Amino acid sequence: MQEPKITEDLISAHGLKPDEYDLLLEIIGREPTFTELGIFSAMWNEHCSYKSSKKWLRTLPTEGPQVICGPGENAGIVDIGDGQAVVFKMESHNHPSYIEPYQGAATGVGGILRDVFTMGARPIAAMNSLSFGEIDHPKTKQLVNGVVEGIGGYGNCFGVPNVGGEVRFHPAYNGNCLVNAFAAGLADTDKIFYSAASGVGMPVVYLGAKTGRDGVGGATMASAEFDDTIEDKRPTVQVGDPFTEKRLMEATLELMQTGAVISIQDMGAAGLTCSAVEMGDKGGLGVKLNLEDVPQREDNMTAYEMMLSESQERMLMVLKPEKEAEARAVFEKWDLDFAIVGETLAEDRFLIMHNGEVKADLPLSPLSGRAPEYDRPWVETPAVEPLSDVPEIDAIDGLKALIGSPNYAARQWVYEQYDHMVMADTVRAPGLGAGIVRVHGTDKAIAFTSDVTPRYVMANPFEGGKQAVAEAYRNLTAVGAKPLATTDNLNFGNPEKPEIMGQLVGAIKGIGEAVAALDVPIVSGNVSLYNETDGQGILPTPTIGAVGLLDSLDDMIDGVARDGHVAMVIGETTGHLGQSALLAEVFNREDGDAPQVDLAAEKKHGDFIRANRELIKACSDLSDGGLAIAAFEMAEAGGVGVSLDTADTPTLFGEDQARYLVACNFDQAEALMIEAGKLGIPIASVGRFTGDTVKMGGSEAPLDELAQIFRTGFDQAHR
Amino acid sequence: MKAGVIVFPGSNCDRDLAVAFERAGAQVSMIWHKETELPDDLDIVGIPGGFSFGDYLRCGAIAAQSPITRSLIRHTERGGYAMGICNGFQVLTETGILPGALMRNANLKFICKPIELKVENTDCAFLSGYSQGQEITVPIAHHDGNYNVTDEKLAQLRDEGRIAFTYCDNPNGSTGDIAGVISKNRRVLGMMPHPERCVDDRHGGTDGVAMFRSLVDSVVAA
Repeated sequence: MQEPKITEDLISAHGLKPDEYDLLLEIIGREPTFTELGIFSAMWNEHCSYKSSKKWLRTLPTEGPQVICGPGENAGIVDIGDGQAVVFKMESHNHPSYIEPYQGAATGVGGILRDVFTMGARPIAAMNSLSFGEIDHPKTKQLVNGVVEGIGGYGNCFGVPNVGGEVRFHPAYNGNCLVNAFAAGLADTDKIFYSAASGVGMPVVYLGAKTGRDGVGGATMASAEFDDTIEDKRPTVQVGDPFTEKRLMEATLELMQTGAVISIQDMGAAGLTCSAVEMGDKGGLGVKLNLEDVPQREDNMTAYEMMLSESQERMLMVLKPEKEAEARAVFEKWDLDFAIVGETLAEDRFLIMHNGEVKADLPLSPLSGRAPEYDRPWVETPAVEPLSDVPEIDAIDGLKALIGSPNYAARQWVYEQYDHMVMADTVRAPGLGAGIVRVHGTDKAIAFTSDVTPRYVMANPFEGGKQAVAEAYRNLTAVGAKPLATTDNLNFGNPEKPEIMGQLVGAIKGIGEAVAALDVPIVSGNVSLYNETDGQGILPTPTIGAVGLLDSLDDMIDGVARDGHVAMVIGETTGHLGQSALLAEVFNREDGDAPQVDLAAEKKHGDFIRANRELIKACSDLSDGGLAIAAFEMAEAGGVGVSLDTADTPTLFGEDQARYLVACNFDQAEALMIEAGKLGIPIASVGRFTGDTVKMGGSEAPLDELAQIFRTGFDQAHR
Repeated sequence: MKAGVIVFPGSNCDRDLAVAFERAGAQVSMIWHKETELPDDLDIVGIPGGFSFGDYLRCGAIAAQSPITRSLIRHTERGGYAMGICNGFQVLTETGILPGALMRNANLKFICKPIELKVENTDCAFLSGYSQGQEITVPIAHHDGNYNVTDEKLAQLRDEGRIAFTYCDNPNGSTGDIAGVISKNRRVLGMMPHPERCVDDRHGGTDGVAMFRSLVDSVVAA
């Protein structure tokens, strides 16, 4: 088939800027073929090359004694002792999910699971951080229904428990929803697999599902802004097949046991192109592919289509040649395709053959090594105006408004559509705070959380970045876990706008400072830029996924508040209402600065909770909605009322950081106060759990009535 | 007591079921679906939850045609014990070993949560550890758990005391609130809820323990 001529329009349709095309010409010294242009476009788009963010990502702390593998591989790896490691990453699937919510979200889950099992880990937990537009926006309900169903449809069939996540609504996401999928797996530290190829003339093997035309150009699509032609982009969304993914996982893990695998890489964004280049580049080798040997689902596919297809559930592997028969038998057992499609080359060359014709012949290492990298102009986000007066509000009215809002109401409608118990090791189900999964066959467990408060990041990217990490740290601490490491999923608008770039830079600086202070290095991550529609950007949303360890399940803080328990706040309360949930939900205001995060206090208070967990029955971090929401949620979970001493608005609804709410009996409360006093940690008794009402100063309502509001507040988000 | 757990390519509760059998004292072997014969010394065959062949069209329909399933049918015809949980129940109805059909949940959504069950009958090896009318809490996790039988068949199941469990608050639209049924010879149980997910203090409930224990005890005694 005749390939199209290279024209200016064609180059621009591939998302390559004129200077980028000039760089391409300089590298290859001639005009590219159509297939070659496609390969460059796939490798050099924002999604694959991180060209706008790389400079800043390099500043993030990624090391520590617990880290086995930091960013750059399919997922990050952290040691949990006893020869085992937890392998995890978070990745966005924003653009596809907006265009086709069910499949977009489903394949987002599929992609992140593949990243995890590609490294030799069996997935044990998933989470999702979701951001949607305002409730009344005509598209929101369809997106909520489709995304939640897609996540469930994929994860439930695959068989991984979904143990946590976030769901938020804000008009800034009206034209760009965010779907950030997290997955974690368990591996033996001596059986971890990487992507770097080694050895010349080694067979390159294609595994998994067949290649079709789905998703051609998806990564390039994900690197552009949306406008009103968005419906035309539907065919770039892939279709997921979780049953094939499940078999691919089982076959891959079984194959790894045979010792046949030299290196392995999943085919995600930019499919065959990106996976082959990555394996070659990391191993300092070239790769030759014979496309006629690629298992194909459709007739007459061109080299261009095969190289750019984003068909799901596929892997590429470099195999030990003497193990071929054994490897093939494993894949035949699971009824999956296994095809030798090429070989490694000694020279720096990416050679694509199709039916004897050369379709691309490029130097391999510049495809990733010389990808454009930008030091984009940025401006510091200006300091916001100080908060103007906030009127006092009846405490119960304020609480009702918050817990009845889809942003803070109970999320059982979401997580009951996800199998959160499969594998029978879930010891703390989703709902409140971190989810916990036992390490199978042991008494150890891993805790998971994902957090960010985009309002804060918008007002103050630096403090907001810090806060996302701090909140994740607190959520792990509140269940008694020791925070180990983090993954970041940075969702921002168009980086070519200096103010957006300033948000990205500020947030990364804040995240960097926080992960260093709290010793939770970033071990993996993903950047999603151009989240804009018609020039309107999202709230900056750097989602932090965090993982913590419980050396024993006996260390877990998982009790509930009981009648007679004392309510204690650990950490200092000043009543910071700037950018608070109360302001946004009740007064429809988003003003004032984000709360300051004192990282030394975060560390100190977290260590204090862990050191004194035996004195603590129930614990919750204080974040959105402050003490009022935390006390209500703890009361509701325990089925007991709560009486707080104050009705003061800032004290109840302020969002000062580094704080926890703790429930314990009187003697334990006394002991905690003594311990806190020794360390100079602020601690205060703020009330009691008792009766069947929620009382804040003179304001009071029956717990049942509030629980009803809390349990049904999310309904308006999907009906 | 020897238990075998059938593994279809899309089974994902196979390990969970094996662990529950082991905790009750059984020796467990895993049986790949491409095998044509079950080992002949098995006391019970478990058909686990999951999505046997992706189940994109009708849950359990392809598994019902699997080589091992023909052997399972012969095993039950010989009076062997079998239990199918969730997808396993769907497979048992698809083969005709148990009556009825499992359709999409009435609300068309996947539902995963602990629910209350009422024990309707206790005179079989699976249920003798419970008392008649006992209410227990067991998790469900399914998209297609809406049990359907004709009125005639429902009356027959009731007459023959073959309803194992009913839902206290029907989550999925099942006829007669049925959550599980047993075969005429009382040796095959099919149920949508997951007893293997409540056999351990860390599961937040242990109401499944009595089922596995009474099963192992009665088969050992027999």
